[in-house]
Amino acid sequence: MKCPPFDYHAPRSQAEALALLARHGEEGKILAGGQSLVPTMAFRLARPASLIDINRIAELDTCRAEANRLRIGALARHARFERPVVPGPTGALLARAAEHIAHAPIRTRGTFCGSLAHADPASEWCCIALALGAEMRVLREGGERLVPAADWFQAVFTTALGPDELLAEASLPILGPDWRCGFAEFNRRAGDFALAMAVTALRLDVAGHVAEARIALGGVAGTPVLAREAAASLLGAPPTPDRLRAAAALAAEGFEPTEDAQVPADYRRDLVRAMTRRALEGSLAA
Amino acid sequence: MSKTPIRLTVNGLPHEVAVEPRRTLADALRDDCGLTGTHLGCEHGVCGACTVLLDGEAVRACLHFAIQADGHAIRTVEGLAAPDGSLNPLQRAFWENHGLQCGFCTPGFLMLATWMLEQPGPVDEARLRHVLSSNLCRCTGYQNILTAVRTAAQELGKWREGATPA
Ligand SMILES: Cc1cc2nc3c(=O)[nH]c(=O)nc-3n(C[C@H](O)[C@H](O)[C@H](O)COP(=O)(O)OP(=O)(O)OC[C@H]3O[C@@H](n4cnc5c(N)ncnc54)[C@H](O)[C@@H]3O)c2cc1C
Ligand code: FES
Ligand code: FES
Repeated sequence: MKCPPFDYHAPRSQAEALALLARHGEEGKILAGGQSLVPTMAFRLARPASLIDINRIAELDTCRAEANRLRIGALARHARFERPVVPGPTGALLARAAEHIAHAPIRTRGTFCGSLAHADPASEWCCIALALGAEMRVLREGGERLVPAADWFQAVFTTALGPDELLAEASLPILGPDWRCGFAEFNRRAGDFALAMAVTALRLDVAGHVAEARIALGGVAGTPVLAREAAASLLGAPPTPDRLRAAAALAAEGFEPTEDAQVPADYRRDLVRAMTRRALEGSLAA
Repeated sequence: MSKTPIRLTVNGLPHEVAVEPRRTLADALRDDCGLTGTHLGCEHGVCGACTVLLDGEAVRACLHFAIQADGHAIRTVEGLAAPDGSLNPLQRAFWENHGLQCGFCTPGFLMLATWMLEQPGPVDEARLRHVLSSNLCRCTGYQNILTAVRTAAQELGKWREGATPA
């Protein structure tokens, strides 16, 4: 279908975009890559009165390492991450996940921050943001706040972002060589949203024991979820195959799965166990 | 709804058209520029029939508003053949390898493959399959499309042998 009518604004600066957001509030929406918003409008599920297109704001087109954080501006597109944007586990994890996001011609437009703002339950970037502890820099006219990933995801397609706010930047920790990151997802056709995914990050101490562990699951509930018990079960010992298997089994039990006709709850739990195990094993295989 | 004048450069030629903001790039190309080679299947990003190159990048023209492309350069299937109508190596490979049946998906696949072959570095079987999995075809069963693009890549010196996934 064709999109419903709207007023179009193409600000050239962040300040101008924030002023437009303040003016249009609930009626206005940011247009970033458009790869989720435009289909939603074509289905007439969204009818924003105004679109504020940020694509001409050069200051948002950034992706840089600073003080051990990777700072990802609102116009950094998915395709940018297909090759590591920083050396080490963080860049490698992003590159590994990027190729699972939609299709190549969608990745040329869709943005990292757009994914976080849209908050699809099966978004790869959202799952990574929760796993690694992303921090969102949110601006509105005359104000700025930082929101940790743990407070960001509130429900399906719902985040802490207010109607007059811009997600200007998301940052991720740049993990050192003592970290092992893993990623695995399952979908029925290439490019589809995943039925389940797991992102894992383990820090190994000099003795080869797990000193820190993070496991996040995506596509299985309304928001990405942390598998806290599973991660804690790995601490203080070497990551042996048996322990990884046991952690994966714990991950499969520790959440309330979304259920639908194609994916009953027990199938989803089984997928979570398999994806968590694959992500953990894959992260240590290299 | 009021219309805004925009300028598009399509296949190297300037087009000045007036569009409502909600007009997609695909609709503007077809209905305002008269270039109906770009097809629309799903109009929500799934099928890839509308694939065009925007400033050299493959995009879904149904998920991009024409007004956003003001001042930008677009390439469509109409720009592939030589002015005398002779087919380029990619188009010829589709013809010779039965890479199309009804032809509805063909402009999208041609632009997708054009983009892939213009990216730096060689293409191998895994890359070929990964990129071409972006678009849908209801007729060919894909094998002849893969063969056509592989043949063109070989002819253009862009092919690298690698393991063929099962
Ligand atoms: C066929 C298809 C398959 C897909 N498959 C996947 C997939 O497998 N995995 C996946 O993760 N995604 C998938 N996507 C979605 C894609 O990744 C989108 O690019 C992404 O969800 C949204 O980013 P965007 O930049 O396109 O945002 P837009 O579509 O422009 O915006 C989405 C929403 O976020 C808001 N927004 C965007 N940027 C900001 C900002 N900086 N500040 C405040 N609000 C903002 C908009 O107002 C809007 O509400 C798919 C899309 C399609 C069409
Ligand atoms: S018409 Fe654009 S992707 Fe189907
Ligand atoms: S040839 Fe008919 S859809 Fe591809």
